[in-house]
Amino acid sequence: MAETLLNPSSSPADTAPVAYETRDMLLNVGPQHPAMHGIIRIVVRLDGETVKGVDVEIGYLHRGFEKMCEQGGYNHAIPYTDRLNYVSPLINNVGYCMAIEKLMGLTVPERGQYIRVIMSEISRITDHLTCIGASAMELGAFTVFLYMIKAREYLWELIEMVTGARLTISYCRVGGVKADLPEGFEERTRGAIRQVREVLKECDKLLTRNRIFVDRMKGIGVLSRADALAYSVTGPFLRSTGVNYDVRKAQPYLVYDRLQFEVPLGQHGDNLDRYFCRMEEMEQSLRIVEQCLTQLPGGPIQVDDEGRPMAAAEMVDEAKMGRIQAIAGAAPVTDPTLEGTNKSFSQRVNAPAKRAVLPPKDDTYGNIEGLMQHFKLIMYGHGIRPPKGEVYQAVEGANGELGFYVVSDGTDKPYRVRVRPPCLPIMATLPIILTDDMLADIVPTFGSVNMIGGELDR
Amino acid sequence: MPEPALFSARIQAQFPAGVLATHQFRGDDTVVVRPEALREVAQFLRDDPACACLVLSDATAVDYLKYPSGQEQSPSGTVPTTRFEVVYHLYSLEHNQRVRVKVPVEAAAPQVESLTPVWPAANWFEREIWDMFGIRFAGHPNLKRLLMYEEFDGHPLRKDYPVTKRQPLIGPAT
Amino acid sequence: MFGQANWLTTKVDSAVGWARKFSIFQYPFVTACCGMEYMATACSHYDVDRFGAGFPRFSPRQADVLFVVGTISHKMAPVLKKIYDQMADPKWVVAFGVCTCTGGFYDNYATVMGIDTIIPVDVYIPGCPPRPENVLDGLMKLQAKIQAQHSGTPLGTSSEAIAAGLHA
Repeated sequence: MAETLLNPSSSPADTAPVAYETRDMLLNVGPQHPAMHGIIRIVVRLDGETVKGVDVEIGYLHRGFEKMCEQGGYNHAIPYTDRLNYVSPLINNVGYCMAIEKLMGLTVPERGQYIRVIMSEISRITDHLTCIGASAMELGAFTVFLYMIKAREYLWELIEMVTGARLTISYCRVGGVKADLPEGFEERTRGAIRQVREVLKECDKLLTRNRIFVDRMKGIGVLSRADALAYSVTGPFLRSTGVNYDVRKAQPYLVYDRLQFEVPLGQHGDNLDRYFCRMEEMEQSLRIVEQCLTQLPGGPIQVDDEGRPMAAAEMVDEAKMGRIQAIAGAAPVTDPTLEGTNKSFSQRVNAPAKRAVLPPKDDTYGNIEGLMQHFKLIMYGHGIRPPKGEVYQAVEGANGELGFYVVSDGTDKPYRVRVRPPCLPIMATLPIILTDDMLADIVPTFGSVNMIGGELDR
Repeated sequence: MPEPALFSARIQAQFPAGVLATHQFRGDDTVVVRPEALREVAQFLRDDPACACLVLSDATAVDYLKYPSGQEQSPSGTVPTTRFEVVYHLYSLEHNQRVRVKVPVEAAAPQVESLTPVWPAANWFEREIWDMFGIRFAGHPNLKRLLMYEEFDGHPLRKDYPVTKRQPLIGPAT
Repeated sequence: MFGQANWLTTKVDSAVGWARKFSIFQYPFVTACCGMEYMATACSHYDVDRFGAGFPRFSPRQADVLFVVGTISHKMAPVLKKIYDQMADPKWVVAFGVCTCTGGFYDNYATVMGIDTIIPVDVYIPGCPPRPENVLDGLMKLQAKIQAQHSGTPLGTSSEAIAAGLHA
């Protein structure tokens, strides 16, 4: 062959293709890698730039969620559930609380259910915004990332208005939600929806027909229908292959059966289809929130005035000093930060279950029955006691079917809480979808997987 | 149109010797099978057109070491007889129905047949059960720890593993 | 002249400190939920770029501040130590989020109870997750610390420089 290179006069037809002896290379991507969302280790076997084999190692964020849930009461597990899928924490809260309510046979009143749906859908939008924004950033579209995080900020301000926190909100309780929606929520939400729609339109213009984006995403990371079902993949990943499975439609929970929304389906099962599914799902979620705002049943109910108003803290102090005459005939006025948990709101959003739901705050401060009910639920050794048994409740998380399997032994602590993480089966398919693509294709494919470490490793 | 029969009833009809118990609680359909019959039941659930459980939603285990016994019967009707139980949740897209299959596993040398040939999804679920509970899966292609590191000794989700017992690779153990 | 603080070296140190604190190249060692608040701080609403800290450097050789963002499990701890060791002096470490400060509420077999058991930490930003305002506050404290330090070698400290740094 060297003669051919040295004598360019020989015709090309004489040269046979060169067969070089090559060896595959093992390359470690992670556990700390800027393009990996969270920490994961992907060991790839490369033949040149083509990926020939993949091994995935997870568990770098294992924080013992399931063990921690067994240590405290049923409501104590709720902050841990926030940190599962931390970009859509409300969906985890709702799923867990629904599992316990199923176990106990409680029904949340309608307004509480609508509130849960609104907050779940807002969470779903924040999840998809983060996913698409981050994966666009890794492909070089930094502007899209900034725009989507800006949209996420509008939604987080909304969530903060309702729950008090931006990210780890611990909003749902067994039997209802922590507090009713504040005043001005509907107006603020409609404003936020308008702003988010504008951002989505801009991002759509930037990405959808962008030659670079489409070339990098189309035909990459393909997962077939059969493989997706065999690996129990759910969510946008499964829907991008064309299978119509959405827990909200298949086994409707809360008030999803009264709402009109569509489930976007893809065809090819590649990254581009997943991008389209997620973009469209965001629009459908915005539609759901608008419908809920219109359909939301009545707000605070009128409660009879029970006496002259007196600050709750003052009432408690007088009672502790034994000065009962001073508080006779007084109605407690709780601190404004407890707005939404008072009697006029509480009955609308919490199930009427004395053994599971905290009493309204003006009862806790105002009379002995409320105080006793509060203690029976809070004190160590007391608390919610579901009947012995086990239950599995599935909700539609942003990544797919989020299932909670809870085993109760009749005491106040859960015996076993299992989370079915939607992204675990998807990560198990990584060896299939990454093989035979190029090394650089790992980045957009992994971005479209939307692996959330808190959920994957728990 | 008649209601589709519960999957547990179908399994009981097909494998009368392999089924230990069935019950329904809060809308969930459960069937407890013998470990020897697990593989056949799984194959039946996947292949029988009236069941068509193509999706293995979840596979996990429960350690009943500290489960209170002798008190009132659980409303779900089953009382665990062995230390461990491996629990599979299956879903049929076509019939839109779920079923839970439980397999009791003894405490000494716990082992169950792997369902990886039936549903490839079982691969990682079973690795996690091995990692967290120490239940082996015969025939699993790659049974190694999924979440904890290889040097970790013990199985953390067992009830006799203390929650704060740390085994650091580097740094202090407090 | 070298070895005692005098007017010239103090001014040069101040200048170096000023330059260093406004050109922070951070290594965001992002693991968990705090990463979302880190993203929010880095983006347009709360903008960490106006502090000169807008460019993350994903190679430890090129970074000077290691932001440990999110829970560190025992499986991840050797990786963290390795990254810290690979960074060149001068380097600082920020423990972002209460999981890195003390372990948070994950007091169990899997979590490191505070990364200061493995690597030295300069600034602790508690919060679960900390609000972006908290993060910026922590960043400003880090900047004060950077201003007050002298090139990583123990030349001694000048009270004037520290006073200048803390009010910077």
